[in-house]
Amino acid sequence: MNLHHNKTFAIGGVHPEDQKLSAGVPIAPLPLPKTVTIPILQHIGAPAKIVVQRGDAVKTGQIIATHEGFVSSNIHSSVSGRIGIIEEVMDSSGFKHTAISIRVKGDDWEESIDRSETLVEEIKLTPKEIVARIMEAGVVGMGGAAFPSHVKLSVPEGKHVEYLLINGVECEPYLTADHRLMLEKPKEIIVGIKILMKALGVEKAIIGIEDNKSDAVELFQEVLKNEKGITVEALEVHYPQGGEKQLIQALLNREVPSGGLPADVGAIVHNVGTTFAIYEAVQKNKPLIDRVVTVTGKSVKQPSNFLVRIGTPVIDLLIAAGGVPEDTGKIVSGGPMMGKAIADLDVPIAKGTSGILLIPKEESMRAEVYNCVHCGKCIEACPMGLEPYRLLILSKKGNHERAKEEHILDCIECGSCAFVCPSNRPILDYIRLGKTQVRKLKKV
Amino acid sequence: MSTGLLTVSPSPHVHTELTVPQIMRGVVFAMMPAFAFSIYNFGLGAVYVTFLAIIFCIAIEYGIAKFLLHKPASIYDGSAIITGMLLAFNVPSNLPWYLIFIGSAVSIGIGKMSFGGLGNNPFNPALVGRVFLLLSFPVQMTSWPTAGPTWSLDAVTSATPLGILKDGMRGGEPMEKLMGEMPSYSDFFFGLQGGSLGEMSAFALLLGLIYMLYRKIVTWHIPVSMIATVAIMTGIFWLIDPSKYANPLFHVLTGGVMLGAVFMATDYVTSPFTHRGMLIFGFGIGVLTVLIRLFGSYPEGVSFAILIMNAFVPMINRFVKQPRYGEVKSMQ
Repeated sequence: MNLHHNKTFAIGGVHPEDQKLSAGVPIAPLPLPKTVTIPILQHIGAPAKIVVQRGDAVKTGQIIATHEGFVSSNIHSSVSGRIGIIEEVMDSSGFKHTAISIRVKGDDWEESIDRSETLVEEIKLTPKEIVARIMEAGVVGMGGAAFPSHVKLSVPEGKHVEYLLINGVECEPYLTADHRLMLEKPKEIIVGIKILMKALGVEKAIIGIEDNKSDAVELFQEVLKNEKGITVEALEVHYPQGGEKQLIQALLNREVPSGGLPADVGAIVHNVGTTFAIYEAVQKNKPLIDRVVTVTGKSVKQPSNFLVRIGTPVIDLLIAAGGVPEDTGKIVSGGPMMGKAIADLDVPIAKGTSGILLIPKEESMRAEVYNCVHCGKCIEACPMGLEPYRLLILSKKGNHERAKEEHILDCIECGSCAFVCPSNRPILDYIRLGKTQVRKLKKV
Repeated sequence: MSTGLLTVSPSPHVHTELTVPQIMRGVVFAMMPAFAFSIYNFGLGAVYVTFLAIIFCIAIEYGIAKFLLHKPASIYDGSAIITGMLLAFNVPSNLPWYLIFIGSAVSIGIGKMSFGGLGNNPFNPALVGRVFLLLSFPVQMTSWPTAGPTWSLDAVTSATPLGILKDGMRGGEPMEKLMGEMPSYSDFFFGLQGGSLGEMSAFALLLGLIYMLYRKIVTWHIPVSMIATVAIMTGIFWLIDPSKYANPLFHVLTGGVMLGAVFMATDYVTSPFTHRGMLIFGFGIGVLTVLIRLFGSYPEGVSFAILIMNAFVPMINRFVKQPRYGEVKSMQ
């Protein structure tokens, strides 16, 4: 028994049921799909510019769309085959974006990619070359937000980064992709951390892992025994600890100022999945063309963790996990707290897709809404210390000026307020609406 | 394979178990120890008053929703049951049925539904009804049956400890003599004293509070700040002049302090949103209660104190905030 209290963040937070059904299931490569559909916008920023045409033959790992501007990301073919239709398809957020479909033929990789399993420890590239390679490989944040990693590594002038924080928290219920990756690729992740430390010129790195994954904590403690500068910290299970700001508060007891960046308090945060992708990009010259995806849900026959090529349709994963259960009412891309419900099964897996969650019918509909009873539970739960009930009222009334004064833009959309609301009020729905309106105010 | 349509809605896709009807059920459950003690103390009178109040409150809420507002009746959330029970807890156990009806009608009709029903009322509905009865029918509202196991509806009446104290002090009787006439502190604690139906037993009320804290229905902030304020403030006066002012334990265990702190002041709708606000709210109720008890013409002031502080809640909500993440070093 652990008698001392593990660290966690200070303000708000909730404790949804863990439901890590697939935690014990090793990562298995998913069989190649017949077709992949690769959207050119899988990241935050500008869509990539397509550099292939219908009918072109492509190899696995070949670039098919290049970044447009700095805040954007390269897109590579995740399979070998022939380019099919390039048209708009619906992504997991329900928006239509241009996507490149590729009919799969064989699995013929670019020769420059090292496909062996051997661990490459020596980091030959210079910091500048590392960032360039990560940009080239199209690596984005794999925890969900999909922010281009090379942008995060380009610290603004005048900011001093002291700590690299590695996010192994995986605070969303059900998801186990990061957990499995930490158990199966600890050494690669550590090389990835060293690469990031070199690129950023920092001496200290901390891996934060919630204590429901004590096997991963112990494994990293063991592997890091003789390493200098890298430590692992077990954190109390507490949603949304995987939020960048919450993780910084939990590990460093520092608060990112409102509207500021982690670098303002000397920290940069990267997810373990991203760190692994960075290892592959820098040491193996492998672009981001696949990722670990958890397929899970209370009624799923075989909750699984698959290594999936980007662009694979969701249906392929569901079939591999034992089919779609009869009682499925909702399919979520991501976790239950922040994931997006998808409308059909052809939605492709993107760089930011960490899981596919099947929710039974009886849990898919929102429950009856009551009047606000002023219980204050949303305020207690908000990890940003906001007053969600008030933001709902202000957004509903269209009083966006006041909503801005009440710091609506600080909301990280973790959903804790709506999760705890005993009246089932659509708090986050209105906050999202309000945020959009407040951003419009800014532009005028 | 499922071919049905999929539900698409924004996150979050999971929800906590605790919903409004469950919270209301939890509060009713938490009132059970106090209700049981009231039956032990007052016999059938307690059952009669409580059930009548509950039935009147539900019927009146249903009637107003259906025939006046033409809205679906909101009685299933359970809040009318709580209002009925709390009203009953705040009146003598021998109150005639028509006064219970009037009290229920004022509580639900004026206290709650006239503002738009659950969640919109600024004042605690049960207290609105209680104070209306107290001001309009002072005789019936202040003739309390003597506590002690009885199954008769025509019990002997007696004054409350606070009433004895107030009248005695007015009559110039010495404190020691008055305190000598009172039941013992353990009688206060376990509820063998004169008074309203549900306010008798601090012990039973505390059991309810512990349950509500355990279920995370309420937080400690209001009960603790209110009781502590009453104790500290009466303690100061008692230290200054023990011959004139009763001791803090007496003040905490008698009258409506416990009932008010546990069930009345913690009412979600009419108390502040934030923990800081709750502390201020509890403190304000404590101060007003003591001022009314020591210097006002009424022997007891908890109901008035809570209603007065209810009026300050919107202001507290507006100006008292929790600490925000990242507020310390603003980026300008």
